Order: sequence, then structure tokens, then C-alpha cells
Amino acid sequence: MTWADLSLIAPELALAAAACAALLQDAWATGPALESRSRGPAAAWIALGGVCAALLLLGVRPAGAAQVGFAGMYVRDGITRVVDLAALAAAGLGVMLSPPYLERFRLPAGEYHALLLLSTAGAMLMGASRNLVLLFLGLEMLSFPLYVLAALARRSRRSQEAGLKYLLLGAFATAFFVYGVALVYGASGTADLSRLGRAPDVPLLHAGVAFLVIGLGFEAALVPFHAWAPDVYEGAPMPATAFMSVIAKVGAFAGLLRLFPQALPQLAPAWGQMLAAIAVATMILGNLAALAQSNVKRLLAYSGVAHAGYILIGIASGGPAGSSAVLYYLLVYVAMNLGAFGVLLLLERRGEEADRVEDLAGLLGRAPWAAVVLAACMVSLAGLPPTAGFIAKLYLFRAALQDHRVALALVGALTSVVSVYYYLRVASVALSAGAADAVAVRHSRFAGVGLALAAAGVLWLGIVPGAITALVQQAVQALR
Amino acid sequence: MRAAILIPLFPLAGWVVNGLLGDRWGRRAVAWVACGTVVAAFAVSLAVLARLLALPPGARSAAVVLYEWIGTGSVRAPLGLLVDPLSVALALVVSGVGALIHIYSVGYMAGDEHIARYFAYLNLFMASMLWLVLAGNLVAMFIGWEGVGLCSYLLIAFWFTRPPAAAAGVKAFLVTRLGDVGFLLGIFLAFAVFGTTDFTAMARAAGSRLPLGGPAATALALLLFLGATGKSAQLPLYVWLPDAMEGPTPVSALIHAATMVTAGVYMIVRMHAVYLRAPLALDVVAIVGAATAIFAAAAALAEPDLKRVLAYSTISQLGYMFLGVGVGAWSDGIFHLTSHAFFKALLFLAAGAVMHALGGETDMRRMGGLAGRLPATAGAFAVGALALAGIWPFAGFFSKEAILSDAFRAGRVWLWAVALAAAGLTALYIARAFALVFVLPPGEGSAGPAGCREGDAPRAAGHRGLAPGAEVADPPPVMRWPMGALALLTLLGGALGWSAARPGVLARWLGPLLAPGALRSSEGTHGSEAALAAAGLAVAVAGIVLVWLVYVRRALRVRSQAVQTVLAHRFYVEDFYAAAVVAPVRAVARWAGGFDRAVIDGAVVGLARAIGGGGAVLRRLQSGYLRHYAALALVGVLALLAYWMWR
Repeated sequence: MTWADLSLIAPELALAAAACAALLQDAWATGPALESRSRGPAAAWIALGGVCAALLLLGVRPAGAAQVGFAGMYVRDGITRVVDLAALAAAGLGVMLSPPYLERFRLPAGEYHALLLLSTAGAMLMGASRNLVLLFLGLEMLSFPLYVLAALARRSRRSQEAGLKYLLLGAFATAFFVYGVALVYGASGTADLSRLGRAPDVPLLHAGVAFLVIGLGFEAALVPFHAWAPDVYEGAPMPATAFMSVIAKVGAFAGLLRLFPQALPQLAPAWGQMLAAIAVATMILGNLAALAQSNVKRLLAYSGVAHAGYILIGIASGGPAGSSAVLYYLLVYVAMNLGAFGVLLLLERRGEEADRVEDLAGLLGRAPWAAVVLAACMVSLAGLPPTAGFIAKLYLFRAALQDHRVALALVGALTSVVSVYYYLRVASVALSAGAADAVAVRHSRFAGVGLALAAAGVLWLGIVPGAITALVQQAVQALR
Repeated sequence: MRAAILIPLFPLAGWVVNGLLGDRWGRRAVAWVACGTVVAAFAVSLAVLARLLALPPGARSAAVVLYEWIGTGSVRAPLGLLVDPLSVALALVVSGVGALIHIYSVGYMAGDEHIARYFAYLNLFMASMLWLVLAGNLVAMFIGWEGVGLCSYLLIAFWFTRPPAAAAGVKAFLVTRLGDVGFLLGIFLAFAVFGTTDFTAMARAAGSRLPLGGPAATALALLLFLGATGKSAQLPLYVWLPDAMEGPTPVSALIHAATMVTAGVYMIVRMHAVYLRAPLALDVVAIVGAATAIFAAAAALAEPDLKRVLAYSTISQLGYMFLGVGVGAWSDGIFHLTSHAFFKALLFLAAGAVMHALGGETDMRRMGGLAGRLPATAGAFAVGALALAGIWPFAGFFSKEAILSDAFRAGRVWLWAVALAAAGLTALYIARAFALVFVLPPGEGSAGPAGCREGDAPRAAGHRGLAPGAEVADPPPVMRWPMGALALLTLLGGALGWSAARPGVLARWLGPLLAPGALRSSEGTHGSEAALAAAGLAVAVAGIVLVWLVYVRRALRVRSQAVQTVLAHRFYVEDFYAAAVVAPVRAVARWAGGFDRAVIDGAVVGLARAIGGGGAVLRRLQSGYLRHYAALALVGVLALLAYWMWR
């Protein structure tokens, strides 16, 4: 390990340092008491500082050629850059949107923020992996804090149940992933992703690749490894749900991107077909299941499953077009999904989370800006212009057609039509008059800024996407 | 030309202002902002028109690129406008009729407490619609296309506390979305074929990129037409439009008669270069148009609800427009679009005035004899009805005759005959509606042979409808003036398309832009032209006379029992009519209604239920037990392994 190596992972280090600082601040402020008392925004400010520092460190590094460190295990290139951006955006929004909720439901702020930052660092490591071992390390660093976050509400049985379910099923999937790493190593004699392209085409390698898909597919909530998502999303405290819904996708799809289009182009026909089949199943199941939901958290959980299917279109199509579409979609997804959750985080029904669709009724009258942000995010999730979701889907379907995967584009277009129904139902309830009296709306400047940023992202990426599309295209230039 | 961007921007600003501040302002300020922005858009459209007129005919096309919206590799779509004779003509119609309807709305919605929301949606609709007609490429057009759909949904469901209104909004949105899938796929196909969706570039490259009658041209044309059938309520996706009448009447006039529903016709004319490469698709367009024209006219004949009669009439008239563009008569399609916008908006506004006077009643069987009490409204409705029926010298006569003669001259004699029959039905149903509402004494209508006695029992609500001594009066001036203006336009609009020597003004204006269509003999002799026009007029007059005989004269019989011999003869006519005309027509109408309910509603509802059922099954799969989830994942593991081992 040299100084050059350390400077390479400076953004991750900044997050880790901020995580430690948040924990220490919590311990110092709490003193000998059993329950954390520090619910002020101190931890949030520390976490936000860490995210900003990481963003700065990301920004000062010139976007030149790829740099490799840690004996070839870690790579910092265009893809790393965009994945880091998405992960840091998720962390920043996650930090800004949660303080009112944490305060109201007396959740330990220090632990929440520390875990959030560590998980973010894990997703960033996955995006920078050039070795299966680092990919595994990143996957674990991403998911362990998420297990704890899901169980963070210690007095809520549902939260405990969610954490346990997530942990057990996660362990189940991770075991397959490790086994897959071992098989791939056995078949090719290397865990280096840049050398897998020359691996002999033997059944052992195929079995290993199949197992790798399971570990990453679990984190991304692809069918049939998605079953945990609705239960965990519903049971976990809402800020944790919001954050995990995006960060897990960022990490998992970064890993899939590193693994398939980048490391195994020689097997593209085989994995392309497999991923296409998974994508079709995921899009159909996710969207159909979301139709029947009356709980917004579960609805967004299935919507997350459906969106995993859409993003997988880009991986299955491969090549620069598919990969850049995936990166663009990840950025868009972070903004629109956190924007939608952010509005829900402001609501409260008699001391509980307001997570039913009808709880949103009359939002326009009481918090017009929040209602407009929610509507914009729903329109974007549905993939209608002029929001970012439209452009993102356009790129994905376009990549599929370019790769002659007409069925993928067709299923994608048809299922997005279905999805319009349930997204706009939420939006129209929020924009309607009438009021759910039991539901209170909290106002918070911190969360307000977060919501404004998310909404700005949704509109900016939809109306003036030029700069970001250039960024993601530059990122995948090495793939050809 | 860059000023053209102001045309959609003005109403957009109105939406922002009214949407954010409308609740705090008074109703007067809201109304001024809403109407002012649309009038401003109309003024800018006029200015752009003047600018275009100053240019030589060949150079009247300018692309206004705002910026590169989507620009990656081979996918390029600048966000831009195309200012040319076609888009400016449409912008004038949309903003002009839109402004009149906005002003009318001020009076119509005066009692509604959510007037700010109403005008905000209406302004957003105007912005989307103007953007749609001015867009310079398919992707930009799609923004407007979805935007008008969204506003239509919001405005149909404006009184969302009434369950039918909410359901109608959802139905409209879902059915048109079915068409939008086709439109979206068409956009992708256009990208694949042309590498761009810019209208000018596509028109230039269509000849070289699309082989005549080849699969690419046909597929592209049919996919886009699928989008048009959804938006413009053609067979088989028309089902949403009659239900859409749950919205406020000015909304029906603006969105579901004059502007949004004509977007499909406009889009086909815009893409006519592609359609010229796909003769098969053009035939499909013409056949669907003619079939829709007669089918919807038959359905209108048996409808007891005034607004739904007008809705079916709109579907039928849109069929004429598609028939026109289907035989390659681009400018005549636009001509009928324009004149229809005038007279159908007028009919809706007059119907709205009737409803306004009767406290929201729309059932014609509970109306009657209103001509004396609502003279201005009756006059306006009569002007619109005569134009719709195709009576000289109203605008509808000229535009409908133009399409009929185009179909005849294109050699599609069968389609011409169908459209002519539909014209007769049109005169029949609109004269029936006029008689029921304005002429016959109250309660008489339900006894008429073509009246709808079964199924639709009169509403129980006693306070609605025509109470014997109720105070019924013409609407206030703010509603009467827009009706007057539209009546004037209906009276004079024929001049746009008809002159001593065809082509008319509109055709000459659009001429440099539009490649000649598939008309086989482009110039008919004046003799045949006159004969065709006379045939159309005769059919229309026959329809009106028939209604007079059946409804009005029979009413006379009740009062004057004296002339027995004539009565016997009248009975003969009546019986003949009942046996030979009404029975088949009602059979068709009933079949149409049954078809609507059984097949189309069934398909839509069935699809929704199947999707919902699938959701329920999935919900059961989600048991909450870890072991089930693990087992599911294991099934996935085995499937993946099997795939890799035996592929």
C-alpha cells in the first residue's frame, strides 16, 4: 500500500472518517446513558460534511486515464466516477431527508449516519472493483450496514423482523456469490476481472458466473431473488428503506457492469440471453405486483423491483450504449426514488409512518411544494416526458434495439404503460383536494433543501440532459 | 421566428402563476391571467403568420432549435420548433378557439370553488397542445402528446368526487396510453430508419430511406396511426371519448372536440411523406376513418344524452378527417379539422349553455321547447347543427363536401358511399337532438321512434331537468360572446377552403409544404364536383326533413285530429321509416353499443382484471415466510445453473 493507493481511495476514506466521527460524537454526547440522546442535527452535519468532502475529492481528480491501485484490485476510471457520483448523491440526499423522521421516531442518529456512510463506501468500492475479491468485499461492506439499518428501530417488531429476514436471505445469497468466486478462480486461475476475458470456456466458469449473478441479483432485487424486498422495505424504518432502495441498486448494478460487459465480453451471447430473460421476468412481476399495492412503501418496493428489470436491459444489451444507459439510469433513479421517499418522510399518521396511499390525500393543500415534488417524481418513475425517467428509459430501450433485442424493448415499453397507472394514482391522490385529517405534515428546512435538490435533478436530467449524457458516454469509452 | 417559442410559453406561464398563486388571488385575477395568456398566444401566432406571409411561398419554413435535448451518438433530438404554414395554421386554430373557450369558461365555472385549479389545468393544456403542433420532431411532439393526455385526464376527472368522473378520467388515460405505445414504438422505428425524427429531415429522406410499400414504411405508418387512433378516438380505441363527457362542458369543447382529439389527424399530415411511401397504411387509415364515421353516427342516433350525442358526433367527424387524409387529401383533412373546431366547439358551448340554464341536466328527454326561452342559445345551436349536417353555406358543408369528393375522385367509391350514408345519419341525429331540446314540448322526445326508451331510465333527481315553472334564461354575455364569435366563424369558415377555382385559400397556403396525395384524377370537372355537392346536400336535407316528418309533424298530429287522410299517409311514412330505417339503424346502434360493452369494454376491463388478478396471485406468493423466499431463490439458482450447463 502506497500513498498513491491511498490517494486513489480518498473519497471512500473521507466517508469512513466521517462515519467514525459521527459515532464518536454520538458516544460523547450521550455519555453514560443507555439510550442515545443526541438527536440534534450534529450527526447529520458531520455526515453531510463527509459526503461533501468526498464529492470534492472526486471533483479535484482529473478525469483522465484510468488509474489502478492496490496491486491491480482497485481501478478509478470513468465508470468509478459516475458510480461514486450516484452513491454520494444517494448518501447526501439520504442524510438531508431523514432528520425530521429520526427526531420524531427517536432513532439513534449517530448510528444511522455512520452506517449510511459505510454502506455508501461499500457501493463505491463495488464500482471500483477490478478483482472479484474486492467486489465481494464491497458487496459485504454495502450490505452489512443495510442489515443493521433495517433493524434500527429497536422497539418495532416489524423492523426487527425486516432486519433478520434481510440478514438471513442476504447470507444465503452471499454464500452463492463466494462459491461463484471460488469456481471462477478454479476455472481461470485468476480473480482479476481484467484477465477473465482470456479464461478458458469451460463448464466450471459457467457455473461460477451463474453463482455470481445470484449474489448481485439479490442485492439488486431481480426476480426470483427479489422476495425479500417488499417485506424488508415495509418493515424497515422509512429513512433506511429510502436509502437502501437506491444504494443497493447502485452497488449491485455497478458490480454487474464490471462483471459482464467489461470482464466477460467473450461470453456475451450466453449471459446476454440469461440477463434478458431475468429482466423480462423482473419487469413483468414487479409492475404487476405493484398494481395491487395500497401501501406506498410496498408499492415503491415493487417499483424498485421493476426498475431493476429496466436497468438490467442495459446490462443485457452490453456494449457502450447499454453500459452508459445503465449509468445514466442509476443517477436518475437515485434522484427520483429518494425524492418520492423524501415526501413520505415528512408525513406522519398518529405517531406512525403515513405509508398508505390514501394518507397522501389533500397534500396539495397543506404542503403544495411537497405535493408537486412527489408528482414530478412519480411522473419520472413512470417514464413520461419531460422528466428524467423518460430520457433514461429512452436510452435503455434504444440500447436494446441496437443490440437487436426487440422483445426486451417491447416488454419494457408495455410494462411502463402498466406502471403509469399506479404511479399516477399516487400522484393524483396527492394532487387532489380533500384531506386525511389524521396525517400531519412536518416542515423541515433541511429536508426541504434535499427535496428541492432531488426535484431539480429529476427535471434537470430530463430537460437538459446533455452534460450528464456526455459524462456517462465518456465513462464507457474504454468499453469497445 | 424565434418569437414562436412564446406561443406555448405564455399559457405555460399562466399555468405556473395560477397554479402557485391562484388560490390566494380572487377569481377575477385568475380569469384575467388565464384568458390573457391564451389571447397573447393567439396574438403571437398572428404575428408569426404575418412574418411568414412576408416571405416567398417556398421559404416559409423555419426551424427554431432551443438546444440539443437528446444528443448521444446516433440518437439526436433537439428540442425545437418547426414554424411553417401547417404549424402556424394549427396554432391559430388552437389558440383562437382556445381563447374563446377560456372566456366562456369564466362564466360557466363562475360558481365552482376550484376555479384556480381549473384554469391552471386549462392553461397547461393550451401550452401542451401548442407545443404539440409547433414541435419540430417526433420526440418533442411526444412531450406535447403526453402533456395533453395528462391534462385531459386531469380535466375529465376535475369533479373527481363524482365516481363516474374519476373512472372516466382513468379510462381515458389508459385507453389513449394503449395508442401511445404504438406512437412510442413508432418513434423508435423512426430513429432506426432515419437516425433522426426531425420532420423536415424525415420528409426529405423518406423517398430514399423507405422503399415504396416496404415493411419499414408500412410498420412506421401503422404504429404512428395506432397512436392516432387512441388520441383521436377512432375504432377500436374510441371508447374513452363518450365517457370523457363527465368533465366540464368547456373542457369537452376545447379538448374533446376542437383540439386534442384532432392531434392524430395533424400528426398524419405532418408525417405525410412517410404515409405516401405506405399505400397500404393509407388505405387502412381511410377505411378506419370511414368505418368510424358511420359507426359513431349510428351510435349518436340512439343516445339520449345531449353531450354524448356530441361526443359520438365528434368521433364520427374525426372519421371524416381520417378518411380525407387516408385518400391523400392532406389540406382538406386540415380544412375539415378547422371547420369542425369551429362548429363543434359552438355546439358544445351551446349545449353547455343549455345545461347551465337547466342546472346541469344533459338528458334530452327531460328537455324540450327551449327555443322560446333560450333564443340566443337555440340560434347558436342551430348554426352549429346546420354546419354539422352539411348545409350550405356553413363551413361544415364545404369541408365535408371536399372530403367526400376527394374520396370519390380517389376512386374509393365504396368509402364515398359509406361516408355519404354517414352524412345522412349526421343530419338525422343532430336534427333529432335539436328537435328534442329546442322544438318539441317537454317529455315528447321519449316517444319518438328513434328515441331511447329502454335501458336508460330518466334520472330520479327531481331538482334537475326542466321544471314547469322554472326560471330559464340565456347565459350571461361572457358566455354569449364566445358563442357569437364561433357562430360567425362557422358561417364564414367555408371561405378558407372553397373558392371559385379550387384549390382554396387553405390549400394554397399549405400547398408548398404538402406533397400531392394519392388522388388519382387531381382535377375533377366542375360538373361532377357540383353533382357530388348536390348529392351530399340532398342527403343532409333528406335527413333533416325526415326528422321533421317523424318528430315534429307527429307532434302536430296529436293536436290537430282533423285531417285523417293525410294522417294515414303519414303513418305509412312513419311505419316505413320505422321498419326500413330505424330498425336497422337501431340494430346497428344496439350492436355498436353491445360491441362497445362486450368486446371493447370487456377487453379493457378484462385486461385490467387479469392484470389485477395477476397482482393478487403474486401477493399470495409473498407469504412472509423466509423458507418460501429461500426456496424461490433456490429455484432461481437451479434454473440459472441449468441454463449454463445445457445451453
